[in-house]
Amino acid sequence: MKEISVRAGGQAGDGIASVGDTIAKSFSRMGLHVFGLNSYQSVIRGGHVWFQARAGAERFYSQGDGCDVLYALDLQTAEVHLPTLRDGGVVIYDPEKFQIDPSKIPVGVSALEVPTLALARKHTPQSILQNAAGVGACAYLAGIPLPLLHEAISDSFGKKKGEVVDWNLACAADGYAHAQSKRPPHPHAVALAGPPKMLMTGNQAIALGAAAAGLKFLAQYPMTPASTIMHWLAAHSMETGVVVKQAEDELAAIHMAIGASYGGVRAMTATSGGGFSLMVEALGMAGMCEIPLVVVESQRSGPSTGLPTKTEQGDLALMLGAGQGEFPRAILAPSSPAEAYRAAVQAFALAENWQTPVLLASDLYLSESSATVELAEIDFKVPIPSLRLEPGNGNGHSGEYLRYRYTESGVSPRSLPGQRGLQWTAASDEHDEKGHLISDVKSGIPHWVAERKRMMDKRMHKLEGLAREAEPPVQEGPAQADLTIVTWGSTIGPVRDAMKILAAKGRKVNLVHFPTVYPVHHERTMALLGAARRTLLIEANFSGQFGRLLRTETGLHLTDRLLKYDGEPFYPMEIVGRALELLDGR
Amino acid sequence: MADSTLAAIAPTVTPLKMVVGKSDTKPTWCPGCGDYGVIASLEMALKKLQLPPEQVVIVSGIGCSSNLPQFLNAYGFHGIHGRSLPVAEGIRWANHDLHVVVTGGDGDGFGIGAGHFVHAMRRNVKLTYIVMDNQIYGLTTGQASPTSMMGHKTKSTPEGVIENPIDPIALALAAGATYVARGFSGDVKHMAELVANGLQHRGFAFIDALSPCVTYNKLNTFDWFRQRIYKLESAGHDPKDIGQAYARSLEWGEKIPIGLFYRAERPTYEELEEVLAAGPLAHQSTGLLGKERLLEEFR
Ligand SMILES: Cc1ncc(C[n+]2csc(CCOP(=O)(O)OP(=O)(O)O)c2C)c(N)n1
Ligand code: SF4
Repeated sequence: MKEISVRAGGQAGDGIASVGDTIAKSFSRMGLHVFGLNSYQSVIRGGHVWFQARAGAERFYSQGDGCDVLYALDLQTAEVHLPTLRDGGVVIYDPEKFQIDPSKIPVGVSALEVPTLALARKHTPQSILQNAAGVGACAYLAGIPLPLLHEAISDSFGKKKGEVVDWNLACAADGYAHAQSKRPPHPHAVALAGPPKMLMTGNQAIALGAAAAGLKFLAQYPMTPASTIMHWLAAHSMETGVVVKQAEDELAAIHMAIGASYGGVRAMTATSGGGFSLMVEALGMAGMCEIPLVVVESQRSGPSTGLPTKTEQGDLALMLGAGQGEFPRAILAPSSPAEAYRAAVQAFALAENWQTPVLLASDLYLSESSATVELAEIDFKVPIPSLRLEPGNGNGHSGEYLRYRYTESGVSPRSLPGQRGLQWTAASDEHDEKGHLISDVKSGIPHWVAERKRMMDKRMHKLEGLAREAEPPVQEGPAQADLTIVTWGSTIGPVRDAMKILAAKGRKVNLVHFPTVYPVHHERTMALLGAARRTLLIEANFSGQFGRLLRTETGLHLTDRLLKYDGEPFYPMEIVGRALELLDGR
Repeated sequence: MADSTLAAIAPTVTPLKMVVGKSDTKPTWCPGCGDYGVIASLEMALKKLQLPPEQVVIVSGIGCSSNLPQFLNAYGFHGIHGRSLPVAEGIRWANHDLHVVVTGGDGDGFGIGAGHFVHAMRRNVKLTYIVMDNQIYGLTTGQASPTSMMGHKTKSTPEGVIENPIDPIALALAAGATYVARGFSGDVKHMAELVANGLQHRGFAFIDALSPCVTYNKLNTFDWFRQRIYKLESAGHDPKDIGQAYARSLEWGEKIPIGLFYRAERPTYEELEEVLAAGPLAHQSTGLLGKERLLEEFR
């Protein structure tokens, strides 16, 4: 398989993100599949950040292992990343900035010196322009045609024109020409593969999916890695017709979303674990009052503030247990931007149809990595289930309106402020069919004790419907396998890539994953896992939280595990290694 | 499918137009509780403005006072402790045709919900916020509240409160509120007037409603207030003058002013939010069909 990975690294503030964007966009415009990984730290200046764009004609699902072209803006980048260069790899650097000890360069790897600063000085003393020369050299080595690179650079300046844009274009051309004068492209250099593809991050896909599904109101408080959902929707507020409110805190954010939903619009909030912890009480209120709500929980490494710019799947137990008492909820966990778009659409349908909160579990790795998507995967023609409203004036025995009327499914038609004659009061206290409190003067009285149980049963019954309507677990790979990998969420990506490597080695490995993490689809899970020869549970957390859920829900105990909680995403070869250990009985 | 939410509603029989009145749930407050006066003044104000119950939403948190929405026949949202304001803001932004009234206690609004209080005022969201200020936590049986006075002995402060109380009026002025008033539960008509004007105000209307807890606050009683209150309108106060308003807000002791402290004209948040210029959000179309050019930036 012909593919190439280009990595650029330096300090925060060096412009690494825009280097990465330009290269990734050039690849996707060549019709290639792309995966862009952005690795950064919780500092605004300094430190070490890097970006990698992997590109190839065949579909893949992760950043892969290692890289082929490394553009080092500082010595630390060279030191950290030289060992990840694969055979035939090239490190690009400017000897005017630092020297690389030749003994540190791995066998099979070569160095390409590019005078980026000198090339930039031809135009301006501002050193940021050096990146354009570096990008030009990278593009040449990777097989990106210069006109295509130029287009990507101009577009990155938007409508801006003028000498800065011209300098960048000229400098990129100089870097390109310099590399060309020194050596042939990398042997894995890619070629045009078809019409341009779209490149987007998980968060952009979530924002698009939500808007396509009818989102009208987003309230959010900034927190990495969820913030870019708000950024994208705020930037497109008028075009999408979505009101975006930056709230004073996450408590306000979720309550605003609940209020808006009660008021008659599809509403969402998004946050990470810290903010979600603040939303816990409100989540239960949405469950109790039976108000549709979508909450995006993009996880990062915990506990507490943890590693704010590093990934983890450590909040599953929190999402499952958030809120006092019990109420129905669903948790969806997509693994790629394309799946995230679909999951956002599903989340709104489930929330509306079952009048309860639906959590969309993402994490930094999915939210902030970019990947190519096909046009058909981002189809705006999605079903928007209509609000389940009471059509008449009342539905009770004597014509009154019972907001929480007992029904077969547990869902009762609601009414919106403005609907005449259907007034009701949403109450976080336990209530009867009318919505009247049974928590004060009625509590403990036998009739109302029975009523309380009935109302709990009504609400909790919705879990069955949710399980029926949500996407069941999926098997990928051969039906019969010697090893079945079980995983969820963003970790599915690296697992899929590992499976390809294992298949190429002639190993029979398949994958069972859970687009709906909760409620667990019992039958289908048992059908897929009950008879598995051997299983391997893979999760990005310390204790195997999903494994614990599976055991509770199905009795299946997955004892072989690969758990990672160092903040970094899984790399396919780590998974291959663990799978081979199990397969070979080591 | 690009449906508009409210277009789907087609009542088979339209019931008669009504104005807001009592619901079929009787208040459960202690006999003599100040909150009876507050609900009476709210009902009076809503009736005066002839508001139909389906166009009014009353939002509250948790506390004795927060039970209020249950007792009127409008739409209601009796949420959780301290969070009434953000819920109300969400409702307003979903449908700014609605009249949204927020009610609650001093613990609910100035304690656990103080952050939301400040921000709702600076935003000038069009809400009418009535705080039934009894200077005590009623529902939890008598602990100190953020407005309990220095030295006040309560269950949680047996030796007396040792922190300075919040001054809700001064806080509201500082936060940029555009309608700041204080009423007294013992003068229903006067408070109804303040509430009615608040309902018609362009933006956030805050009414600090002195509403004695007859069960747990033996200090700030009806009599205690009757001996101290005076009306700003009869004292030559100019509610357009924020300096005067600040000065009056500091009066608490021998004399306690009630009435309108301050009123200003400023655009509401809803007026400034561009998306809402096209009408209430709940009436706007949904989905992205036909907006495929949004995808161009990803190519
Ligand atoms: C998060 C949370 N904390 C505490 C409580 C308990 N609680 C209920 S009402 C209340 C305070 C009531 O005082 P106030 O808001 O002044 O209303 P009042 O009862 O005096 O009208 C408290 C602390 C709660 N319901 N929720
Ligand atoms: S405890 Fe106090 S505030 Fe609560 S109802 Fe009784 S008198 Fe009113």
